[in-house]
Amino acid sequence: MPLISNGEVVADNWNYLDDEFPLPSEGDVVLTLARLEREQDAVARRTGKTGVELPNSADPEDLSAHLANIDLVILRFPAFTDGRAYSQARVLRKRLGYEGEIRAAGNVLADQAAFMIRCGFDSFETDGRQPPELWRRAARAVTRAYQRGYEPVGGLAVRQGTAPG
Amino acid sequence: MYRYDEFDAAFVRERVDQFREQVGRRLDGSLTEEEFRPLRLMNGLYLQLHAYMLRVAIPYGTLSSRQMRQLAGIADDFDKGYGHFTTRQNIQFNWPKLVDVPAILDRLAEVEMHAIQTSGNCIRNVTADHWAGVAADEIEDPRPYAELLRQWSSLHPEFSFLPRKFKIAVTGAPKDRAAVAYHDIGLRIVRNEKGETGFEVLVGGGMGRTPMIAVTVRNWVTKADLLPYLDAIMRVYNLHGRRDNNYKARVKILVHELGAEEFRRQVDAEFAQIDRSEIGVPPAELERIATYFAPPSYENADASDLDYHRALKTDASFAAWAERSVAPHRVDGHAIVNISLKPVGGIPGDATSAQMRAVADIAERWSKDEIRVSHEQNLVLPQVRKRDLFAVWQALTSAGLATPNIGLVSDIISCPGLDYCSLATARSIPIAQKISNRLGDARRQKEIGDIKIKISGCINACGHHHAGHIGILGLEKRGEEYYQITLGGSGDEKASIGEIIGPGFSSETVTDAVETIVDTYIGLRKDGENFLDAYRRVGAAPFKEAVYAAH
Repeated sequence: MPLISNGEVVADNWNYLDDEFPLPSEGDVVLTLARLEREQDAVARRTGKTGVELPNSADPEDLSAHLANIDLVILRFPAFTDGRAYSQARVLRKRLGYEGEIRAAGNVLADQAAFMIRCGFDSFETDGRQPPELWRRAARAVTRAYQRGYEPVGGLAVRQGTAPG
Repeated sequence: MYRYDEFDAAFVRERVDQFREQVGRRLDGSLTEEEFRPLRLMNGLYLQLHAYMLRVAIPYGTLSSRQMRQLAGIADDFDKGYGHFTTRQNIQFNWPKLVDVPAILDRLAEVEMHAIQTSGNCIRNVTADHWAGVAADEIEDPRPYAELLRQWSSLHPEFSFLPRKFKIAVTGAPKDRAAVAYHDIGLRIVRNEKGETGFEVLVGGGMGRTPMIAVTVRNWVTKADLLPYLDAIMRVYNLHGRRDNNYKARVKILVHELGAEEFRRQVDAEFAQIDRSEIGVPPAELERIATYFAPPSYENADASDLDYHRALKTDASFAAWAERSVAPHRVDGHAIVNISLKPVGGIPGDATSAQMRAVADIAERWSKDEIRVSHEQNLVLPQVRKRDLFAVWQALTSAGLATPNIGLVSDIISCPGLDYCSLATARSIPIAQKISNRLGDARRQKEIGDIKIKISGCINACGHHHAGHIGILGLEKRGEEYYQITLGGSGDEKASIGEIIGPGFSSETVTDAVETIVDTYIGLRKDGENFLDAYRRVGAAPFKEAVYAAH
């Protein structure tokens, strides 16, 4: 499962932690939302980084109390046609001011890259079928956009009203 | 008319190149059909019964002569010499090959057109009143806002994978010719006590399996807040619209299940948190767009043109056509000409490439180069001087485009149905043709008067049957097509959903049933009362009685 970020395959140092497995104080682990809520005090004391996978149906506001202790939010696409995660990412970035990593997982395709980046995603867990070169190309396929107020992709020009990215 | 600047042109070019590359990956097998499907749908490409179908956007129904000629050329070079104008102000080509589609998109881009988001679960081609800018009853031209929404919705990073398709319509007149209450979002330009114009926002209308009339979620949204408010609606829908059942995924179901009050509360809560200055359109940008829609210069023309009046008196055929086809223009001495694409016994909405070229020539010469496409599958010449009406009529007659039946019983809306569509359960075009032939005699049509018959070949209701005064829905049972009839639907400012009158009819008997309904109306109407008014007065009972006693 190559992880792609900025058009390159990057190392993935995160471990998805089974709910039964005790919470380690070190290392970078991804927790379920339920566990994060249950063990929030222990999470706050960790020296390693903590990530969380937000279910597709969850309200991103559920994370608001935890964002100070979180370095990664994983949003999973059950199908690439299921667009809820775009709005989840948008709410995390714009309303909740989250500045850590947002990662797309599940059925994630290069053809979505530009949309995802503009909504605030940084990294993509892929099935490896689409090479990084295709991801780079897809992210730059359309270099102009009409929507103001979304994250600029490198080189993207936004219709007047905001400074081009 | 709006003209692309360098930004718009480059955007569409890049989108074509992107799609060409996606088609290439499909053809070399690196994209599966399942992966390609949503990508091609976002560019208006369907796989139909016999071939691909490309649906081209005609934003808010506005075309120039040059664009119309380009469509004619595409029809000749990539289709079988005709195109089909749809109920959403689009045109469909039924026979393109996948490998040719990027070349067709290139041709469209040459004339500032595209097929972006004419299908798929995204915000579709934005529609508007086909008389926009020229209607005598208009408060304000809706086209600048429709264009703004076209731009805002194009490749929207957040709202391109919605639970289901999403349709927006805008009207600037109190008389609703855009069926806004049947849209996911309907926008009505209204004037407040201070004399300012803004928007009444309706949400949750739609046809399909569960027809619903949209509810007003806000009586007043300012122009500056239009995009932020729509952003709030879209986010609530994107996060909470149902994705477990395709038939329950439209925003109308969310509005219905939450209740209008709760839906409004959620949208307002979202709206309150949005940085409006970031999302909203800067006034200068709105101004830039609006400039393109400034009225053309009209020469002083006599409101009661004498040549026109003489021709009406001396030529009965011209007078019959003018009575149905000519509508009041906001400027004295001018008229709106409606062109019927419903020859008696013909295929509703179809036009040959020769007819497209003829319309382009006529528009160039006599309508300030402007053409409109209506959601009733007809065309409009919005800028004709009264003194030119006779010449326009003669030219239309030569092109086979002067059927004097606008608004009459043979001006039928019909989807392509089982003759083309892979979703259809029954044929609809042949039913439209039969009804048109049966009732299409000129004198009889005139006697029947204003009536809207709308036919869909399946529950998806592309033929808008729910909004037909007489609606016909084609279904299938045990391998047999049968047709359900609804009465009393309307898509105007007093929108209503037609009611099923009883058991369906076979393809042989449905025409008889429609004829019986029409004759029953003639028997019971009071002076000057059209079909819909009569139906609303007497209800379904007399019609049911007549139809089911007779069959």
